[in-house]
Amino acid sequence: MSVLEFEKPLVEIEKKIQELKKISAESGMDLDKEIETFEQQANDYKKELYTNLKPSQKLQIARHQERPNFLDYVSLICDDFEEMHGDRTGMDDRAIIGGLAKIGESRVMLIGTQKGKSTKENLEYNFGMPQPQGYRKALRLFYHANKFNMPIVTLIDTPGAYPGISAEETGQGIAIAVNLKEMAKLSVPIIAIITGEGCSGGALGLGVANKVLMLEHSYYTVISPEGCASILWRDAAKFADAAEALKITANDLIKFNIVDGMIKEPIGGAHTNHQEMGENLKQAILDSLKELSGMSKEELRNQRYEKFRQMGAFIEG
Amino acid sequence: MTIQEWFDKRKEAQIERRQREARMEAETVPGLWVKCVHCEAQLTKKELEENMMVCPLCEYHFRINAKTRIAQLFDKGSFQEMFKNILPTDPLEFVDTVSYKDRLENAHNKTNLDEAVITGIGTVEGHKVASAIMDFDFMGGSMGSVVGEKVTRIIEEAIKQKLPVVIITSSGGARMQESALSLMQMAKTSCALSRLDEAGLLYINILTEPTFGGVTASFGTLGDIIIAEQGARIGFAGRRVIEQTIRQSLPSDFQTAEYLLKYGQVDMVFKRSELKEKLAKVLEMHGV
Repeated sequence: MSVLEFEKPLVEIEKKIQELKKISAESGMDLDKEIETFEQQANDYKKELYTNLKPSQKLQIARHQERPNFLDYVSLICDDFEEMHGDRTGMDDRAIIGGLAKIGESRVMLIGTQKGKSTKENLEYNFGMPQPQGYRKALRLFYHANKFNMPIVTLIDTPGAYPGISAEETGQGIAIAVNLKEMAKLSVPIIAIITGEGCSGGALGLGVANKVLMLEHSYYTVISPEGCASILWRDAAKFADAAEALKITANDLIKFNIVDGMIKEPIGGAHTNHQEMGENLKQAILDSLKELSGMSKEELRNQRYEKFRQMGAFIEG
Repeated sequence: MTIQEWFDKRKEAQIERRQREARMEAETVPGLWVKCVHCEAQLTKKELEENMMVCPLCEYHFRINAKTRIAQLFDKGSFQEMFKNILPTDPLEFVDTVSYKDRLENAHNKTNLDEAVITGIGTVEGHKVASAIMDFDFMGGSMGSVVGEKVTRIIEEAIKQKLPVVIITSSGGARMQESALSLMQMAKTSCALSRLDEAGLLYINILTEPTFGGVTASFGTLGDIIIAEQGARIGFAGRRVIEQTIRQSLPSDFQTAEYLLKYGQVDMVFKRSELKEKLAKVLEMHGV
């Protein structure tokens, strides 16, 4: 597993512990007490490190190559899943995947952005950057869910909507805008979860929900910290400053009433323990479904409207 | 246009340009002359203003601010501004090379506006509409909480008074200094438009130079009718970002109003001089 720069001290300590164990086994010396102390210290250090991550460090975890992607979550949390393909106008954008899912006893429409783990996969999924056809496929599935009264769950992990020629020619902006407007009209519960990168309008295009949650080390922002740094600081290398200034973490966004809650990740990040991450995510989805299950169609629409209506900060003079 | 006509037109333009240059030599008062960004002709400020800030030679449409736009589009004295009391703040205490507070103050001093949008109700050849007019001179027309709130309120006002909505955009996109709060204005305005839809009221977009990012991906393109002004550049991602991503150069007319018309992304493209009349006609044809 690839090691992030700030994790290196931890790796060093773990190496030392392995050496001690080796010495103990080879020489027959009783080092159990020392090893236990070191292990305790390593654990404490790890806990402290991962609960006090800087935004720029979370950014690295959110983008980790081995972080679970949408299809990983499908196999981790779904008891059944049948994919529904295509936008019905000529394309099946692989950067957004959706279909009929069974999570526990709940039947839901599960839709999310998909990233790859290898070059080949990344080419197939376009690095998790959807084209207009992806948003239109999602819209088709939203309408389907609405017709058959299925709650909608979206898992969002995207560096943004794809900036390309045909994306512009086929209406990238319009496709996202239409999703924002149409999601407001749906009469079923919608739960949106930022699982990794929640970058800009490309993320929001699946995010107008009754309940919005974020994984502990995910981020949600109007522009990538690199993009922001290159415009405002005129230097993309200042991305850590931009990440700080943009207030992109779950805790920040809960304070601004943009996000409703945070889902715990395994210590060390979701990539270190897919199983545990899957369990936490599944539990959060089931809890949210239960919470929203008592609401009428009208209540769901109104709650969603009011939730986004109050967002923003201004002075009324 | 035949080749001969094209040559004649070109010759005429050359003659006119020479005459202009001769006039300019005689006229030495600075600040009275403007160089056309496109054809580089020297124009007097007065003739440019009299021609609605459109170059009389090459038809280049100069970007105009919200107040000029209101004067051009609405019946004289009919526009009543609303929600002027919604003012920006600095929720993130954002500082890059300059603080957001300073940027807001500089923008105010430069434009004498409090924010990047003016909202209100006015008439266009007698048709009463609720309207929002964006101003690019105020921080690149960027959408922060105030733009989102004012646009939402004017939509809500339209629903209350059963009026059509006309929104004229000119914006680089969401305002970075308010981060996710800006992003959510896309959702907020679009949610408001879902209610306008359900109220059965007409919504018209007029996209002007330039309209990009979060505005394109929200209220900017949700119109029942999308009109673009001639020559305006309109898109989701900026030209440079696309070039960097795909590593190839783009056609010169990429993302222009005319290009989008060809690809079916806008309903109509009009010259500035015909915009008011055409807007009134579209309103009339909807019976409002």
